[in-house]
Amino acid sequence: MKKLTKISELKLMANQIRQDIISSLAEAKSGHSAGPLGMADIFTSLYFNILRHNPKNPKWNGRDYVVLSNGHICPVLYATMANAGYFPKKELSTLRKLGTRLQGHPHREALPGLETTSGPLGSGLSQAAGMAYALKLDKKPNLVFCLTSDGEHDEGNTWEAVLFAAKHKLNNLIVILDRNYIQIDGNTEDIMPLDPMDKKYKAFNWNVKTIRGHNMRQIVSTLKKSRKNKNKPLMIIANTIPGKGVSFMEKDYTWHGKPPTKEQAEIALAELRKEKHHLESMQCPHCKKFHKECTCMEGQ
Amino acid sequence: MDILKLKNINKKLHLNFAEEKIPTRNGYGDALVELGRTNKNVMVLCADLTDSTRVKKFQEKFPKRFVEIGVAEQNLVTVASGLAHIGKIPFASSYAMFCPGRCWEQIRTTICYNNQNVKIIGAHAGISVGPDGATHQALEDIAIMRALPNMVVIVPADYQQTKKATKAIAKYKGPTYMRFAREKTPQMTTKKTSFKIGKAQILKEGKDLCIIGAGPVVHECLQAAAMLQEKKINAQVINCHTIKPLDQKTILQAAKKCKCILTVEEHQITGGLGGAISEFLSEHYPTKIKRIGMKDRYGESGPPEKLLKRFGFSAKHIYLKALQLCKSKK
Repeated sequence: MKKLTKISELKLMANQIRQDIISSLAEAKSGHSAGPLGMADIFTSLYFNILRHNPKNPKWNGRDYVVLSNGHICPVLYATMANAGYFPKKELSTLRKLGTRLQGHPHREALPGLETTSGPLGSGLSQAAGMAYALKLDKKPNLVFCLTSDGEHDEGNTWEAVLFAAKHKLNNLIVILDRNYIQIDGNTEDIMPLDPMDKKYKAFNWNVKTIRGHNMRQIVSTLKKSRKNKNKPLMIIANTIPGKGVSFMEKDYTWHGKPPTKEQAEIALAELRKEKHHLESMQCPHCKKFHKECTCMEGQ
Repeated sequence: MDILKLKNINKKLHLNFAEEKIPTRNGYGDALVELGRTNKNVMVLCADLTDSTRVKKFQEKFPKRFVEIGVAEQNLVTVASGLAHIGKIPFASSYAMFCPGRCWEQIRTTICYNNQNVKIIGAHAGISVGPDGATHQALEDIAIMRALPNMVVIVPADYQQTKKATKAIAKYKGPTYMRFAREKTPQMTTKKTSFKIGKAQILKEGKDLCIIGAGPVVHECLQAAAMLQEKKINAQVINCHTIKPLDQKTILQAAKKCKCILTVEEHQITGGLGGAISEFLSEHYPTKIKRIGMKDRYGESGPPEKLLKRFGFSAKHIYLKALQLCKSKK
């Protein structure tokens, strides 16, 4: 598939994915809103720029592996996969319905392109580590990207995997932590304090990078260096805003596990469309770069 | 109660009741070394119990395909799931009490529902674990594994059978649980005895009642049959090494022929072999069944042979239960 190389294109795609998340959740009348919206920029950069993958041949053995550990944010995974061409976009409206391939929590056997089944928290990282271990054993160049949440760092299984990956110096394991500071019952630091995550991971012998999870340029430039990661597994702590892009959802933990109503979805979609128009107005129609970076004659 | 004098032994199975006792777990360890040579995808994972789960020989011979996980059973099975996703055949080994005991949900979600080709190995199962006491005597593992869709559950009866079962599950593609015991136990099967997943073995033909066992207690069942023979009771003895999928055909034939069944297992009487047979027959051919197992309680410390007597797994206990059952049938 064609990569999106311009930051403006990636931002517009992330906007589209957010709209699709809202629509599918409103249609499903159940599901999680905050996490998926918060991770839209990172999923966009992965599937449209970073990953080696083939949506028409999901089992291609040269692919990078994406393991979504916190399965409940699957609306962003589904919306991204649909936009990338894994399955028809109209299928997004079947989310959580009887007979759907888009199960409420992702199921590997239901939908081609999913690497595992997840939902119960804390076990994705060790599966990803197992995959990375086997790939290294076979001397394969594929990377394993594991997406994990801060809340699931309450789980002992997560830390068992952290030890394991460091022991085996799994430099082909790239973990992205959705550090949005919320979980079902409230703020992570009230429920079970996790800070300082960077120091924790460093002390566990990981490479650690901290990024702003909505700064597309920084996301892409950091993830691009994944293939050169050496000696240790890499933890990328992405500081994100839960509910990002929808003003009434942002930073409100009560949106962790509920969908918007039809009316709320309309307000959210109107906001997102406004952002889209704003992004388009800043984009050079010819080279697709933002005006401020555009050097082509037509854009002048 | 000389087992060698038993009549109606199934000659097709090439049984031989040797004096020598070997722990079933040794069969696992020896088979792994053979598998390591013949199948490059076979990997072994262990949670800090390499010696007692008998995976040490594999570790020494194939260090690259051996993964020491440390005392972390949730990680043990989930790393195994990841390895299987890349095409490996991981054997995740620990004590049954810890794996599957500690990591049931991970096995359910990431191995069974996810349908990954992982072999869960539970050593030191049953009351015969002995002096370590109830914390280490897995008596619920069959129940929690049997309830999982996609899972195959195997309880081999002796050393040779464990060896064969280990090779068979390596060949079988899908989630599998196999449990075995700590103690040295008698031999019944030989190198020549066939083993097929899902095919129960009729060790001795009979018509008055059918004793169905799983694991090393099958030997006690045969001894009980010898004692019954002296009382002119002709008992059939079945080694039901695969608890899931249950060999319904063989069980049904036995029920029709013998009219009453006695099940024996080192496990709670709920949810294990006796549970599986009761569930099946109650729907298809209601039959009088008695179950020998732990009766909704925990074990305790003690020498294995004394514990087997204390909780009613000895040949004599099986014999007495069988007598009762035969009387009540008439």
